[in-house]
Amino acid sequence: MTGEWWMALAGGVLIGLSATVLLWLNGRVAGASGILDGAVFPRSGDVAWRVAFLIGLVVSAGLYMAYVPGAPQPRMDFPRAGLVAAGLLVGFGARMGNGCTSGHGVCGLGRLSGRSLAAVLTFMATAVATTFVVRHLWSWA
Amino acid sequence: MNRTILAALISGALFGLGLAISGMTDPRVVLGFLDFFGDFDPRLAFVLAGAVLTTVLLFRPVLRRGSSLFGDRLQLSDLTRVDRRLLGGAALFGVGWGAAGYCPGPALAGLGVLSVEALWFVPAMLAGMLLHRVVDRA
Repeated sequence: MTGEWWMALAGGVLIGLSATVLLWLNGRVAGASGILDGAVFPRSGDVAWRVAFLIGLVVSAGLYMAYVPGAPQPRMDFPRAGLVAAGLLVGFGARMGNGCTSGHGVCGLGRLSGRSLAAVLTFMATAVATTFVVRHLWSWA
Repeated sequence: MNRTILAALISGALFGLGLAISGMTDPRVVLGFLDFFGDFDPRLAFVLAGAVLTTVLLFRPVLRRGSSLFGDRLQLSDLTRVDRRLLGGAALFGVGWGAAGYCPGPALAGLGVLSVEALWFVPAMLAGMLLHRVVDRA
């Protein structure tokens, strides 16, 4: 295994620990899309912990990328229209399907939810198909 | 600071650090996994494996306990049916994810370095969430 693969495994363990901390201490699911939705478009009063989670996420990832030598950096040159279309689909789909990669993937699979497994297999399949179209038929990115 | 808020801050920080060290904040790494016909990059599988092994092992005692350490009930979905709404939402989500390589966590992480792509993607994602709420209510 290369160093990058070990870092990926370690990063995954940290994400699993993050989800465990939130469920164990607060009884909440660490799903990025659900937390974001509830923070920006609140339904109930519990906004503060959501904002704290989001601040922790953005600041820690930002500090790592900005200050750690050799940290992977985000891409800069994807077509803007593609980003907007993809963002709309991700936001709409995550709410319609009640979760995203973290909610269904990390937390749902962690509690052996059949619904989450169905969601993960579905979005993996459509993602692989879409990546094929975008990269190999349209030659974007 | 309230302990629930501090716990959420720590959880978020672990999440962001995990995304950043694993390479998931760069959508090229994500697409490297989703693209079976290009230069295959297995890192997403390692991230998911590390995360799910951790939650499968560590969620068990919490789920058995039935409440959080701070005494709140566990707020988990009690839905069990695999229906069109779940699969349709997941399918649309996957199309967006596979198109640009961003799911919500890594897109938010990009805001931490004011990544130009995140600054386009995140507002569009919020608009998609709002649109779903409007359509759902109608």
